[in-house]
Amino acid sequence: MSVAEENLGRAALRNRNLVFGAVLTLVFAGAALISFLWVPYDITQLDIANKIKTPSLAHPLGTDHFGRDILSMIMVGARTSIAVALVAVGIGMGLGVPLGLAAAAKKGSLLDEVIMRGNDLVFAFPSLLIAIMITAVFGASALNAIIAIGIFNIPVFARLVRGAALSLWTRDYVLAARVSGKGAARISFEHILPNVMNLLIVQGTIQFSLGILAEAGLSYVGLGAQPPTPSWGRMLADSQTMISFAPHMALFPGLAILLTVLGLNLMGDGLRDLFDPRIRRVAR
Amino acid sequence: MTLLTIEGLDLDIHGTPILKGVNLSVEPGQIAGVIGESGSGKSMTALAVMQLLPEGSMCRGRVELNGHDMLGLEERALCRLRGNEVGMVFQEPMTALNPIKTIGDQVAETILIHESVTKREAMERAREALNRCELPEEKFPLSRYPHEMSGGQRQRVVIAMAIALRPKLLIADEPTTALDVTTQAEVLRLIKRLVQEDGMGCMLITHDLAVVADMADEIVIMRHGEVVEAGPTQRVFTEMKHPYTRALFEASGHQPVRQETETSTALLQVRGAVRDYPLPRTKLFAPQEYFRAVKGVNLSIERGESLGLVGESGCGKSTLTRAILGLEELQAGEILLDGEPVYTGHRPNRDVRRRMQVVFQDPYSSFNPRWKVAPLVAEPFHLLNSRPEDWHDQVARVLEDVGIGAEAMNRYIHEFSGGQRQRIAIARALILKPELVVLDEAVSALDVSIRAQILDLLADLQSEYGLSYLFISHDLSVVRNVTDRVLVMQAGEIVEEGKTRRVFEAPQHDYTKQLIAAAPVLPDLDVA
Repeated sequence: MSVAEENLGRAALRNRNLVFGAVLTLVFAGAALISFLWVPYDITQLDIANKIKTPSLAHPLGTDHFGRDILSMIMVGARTSIAVALVAVGIGMGLGVPLGLAAAAKKGSLLDEVIMRGNDLVFAFPSLLIAIMITAVFGASALNAIIAIGIFNIPVFARLVRGAALSLWTRDYVLAARVSGKGAARISFEHILPNVMNLLIVQGTIQFSLGILAEAGLSYVGLGAQPPTPSWGRMLADSQTMISFAPHMALFPGLAILLTVLGLNLMGDGLRDLFDPRIRRVAR
Repeated sequence: MTLLTIEGLDLDIHGTPILKGVNLSVEPGQIAGVIGESGSGKSMTALAVMQLLPEGSMCRGRVELNGHDMLGLEERALCRLRGNEVGMVFQEPMTALNPIKTIGDQVAETILIHESVTKREAMERAREALNRCELPEEKFPLSRYPHEMSGGQRQRVVIAMAIALRPKLLIADEPTTALDVTTQAEVLRLIKRLVQEDGMGCMLITHDLAVVADMADEIVIMRHGEVVEAGPTQRVFTEMKHPYTRALFEASGHQPVRQETETSTALLQVRGAVRDYPLPRTKLFAPQEYFRAVKGVNLSIERGESLGLVGESGCGKSTLTRAILGLEELQAGEILLDGEPVYTGHRPNRDVRRRMQVVFQDPYSSFNPRWKVAPLVAEPFHLLNSRPEDWHDQVARVLEDVGIGAEAMNRYIHEFSGGQRQRIAIARALILKPELVVLDEAVSALDVSIRAQILDLLADLQSEYGLSYLFISHDLSVVRNVTDRVLVMQAGEIVEEGKTRRVFEAPQHDYTKQLIAAAPVLPDLDVA
């Protein structure tokens, strides 16, 4: 382990945003993973006798209007949120990064223009509207929500990568690689990509939190994951008519969304500070 | 009365000692040259005077400026002094100015901060300051933006900002390092004039002995955070009490031992090279316009020869280099290496390219920070059809040859100093055993003592590997010491060509004469 890496590790632990954000994120990721093996109650089992119970020892977060355990619902719902956001970020990175690299490598060419104007086109539409359109045409499902959210991640990554790559292309080591006869594609993957990785990790974290919000939003209007798959957004939607006498039904899924997004955003900020030594000094 | 007194100044940053017992004084109307290599603490001394030190700094000792105890003052009092009593000029004129404010506003800003005057009065005084810095009103109205000016002109604006309030002390930190020689000479003359007119004290920080030799009244030589020698310029240069002063002086004018070459077969031939760049379109349907960066250049390099190419920034020397290396295609003319074209049918010719390599100026941006040394040095093997079986041994051998040692192979580039990195860059250039190595300002970013070592290394490698060098530089003294022949380039054309000694001793072209006259020279002393 080199000196720099050692310092990075120590700086990571000193960064309060990063530590707090990472802990929050791990709690929810952990809940999602545990839900595969064990949940307090089976969420497909309705228990009308115990409906709308406030938090108790048997049901730490209470039950909903079908008598399902809210803690179990939130744990299984975390799976949906995380899966949707993760795949959507994957789509955005998988397509956006190569597009951004290609646009930077052929700066000023027709290819660059086509890619960047295509990005502008996607940016020009409100994302929720497009998501509603997609689900209206292809039907409401978690998969369609993923595609809709993923498409809007593409230009975010493409622009980010192009901007960073353009400045890297002027470095002497890229010139040295060209003197060594390497082509644009090879240089992009060997020299440019590893050096924009920091940015991608930070932006990925932030897009991940936006993805969770978007999934909750789509589920809230009924266009995300369909019953019986639990989803935080739909739990909120189901509870809104009962909010006056059963506020816990809305409170806990709402808190889950809030804390996950908060955790991811703090982690994103923390990572950015960590990778940028100029900010690192101040953040301390 | 002494203007600035620094006595026994110690500085720690996060517990690391940076300055150790620095003593220094500046008299009004005098220029004190502070000289040292990178890491010597010369800039930190200046920042300690301004009290603009980085976080975690601890100062001990005494810094007295015009009767103020700088270490004891509060931040508010310091703000009043900065700009008012001390002005500062930095190295990089490109980043020292705010690109979205006019030069008038920027100079007036300093005045408005410190004095209760109206905007109009401030603008008038800004005008006056700019006039004094040789930026006359007819050519440089207050409404100019920094991007409309050259580097030398911007540095004048920075100086105007520093002197607008007629401070008692001017701190100039490498004010001319980023400038061309002719501009450097003008800016230095300007600083000297302002110092005399206003009776200012000036602390001139530089790494270049030659710059201070004809500027400074007093010289302070620093090394590792300590002052090793100080005194009146003439005395320091004649006595050279400290061995480091002597070493610095010798390194500045270092002349590596080179073997004269007697062959006369041309290795590289450039005939009528023309290189055009498309200019950005100003109107949608206007015909595409071009800027001709290289205008019909002819040159040839013989086997085993070192050819110097001298010119100021923007003269087309980098463009020409890129064309020679086969990175960009010429619009007219041809480039032949050993009779073979570098570019054939719009594609660079791989067989020719593997016979030449390049070393760049900046040792910090020359390497991908995420790679280890072995793959970095081995990168040119890409020009062969396959990497040779024993590539690892070859990398080890070439690293030994440049004096780095094979154990460096598994380390990352940030573990090496600037001079070591430049050796690794040379290793990368030599791994394919090329015939021609282009040295694009390869020693310009290095400290003088490191530079001397690299020049020696290059001279040794030249005879060992049988290399020809194309030595591109703006630094005339280096070119003079290491090349056989020299070309002088101006605005895309070669204006003078000849044996190095002849060109330097009896320049023919006016531009060559200007360049040579502008270059700062070390006093001719007998350092035996």
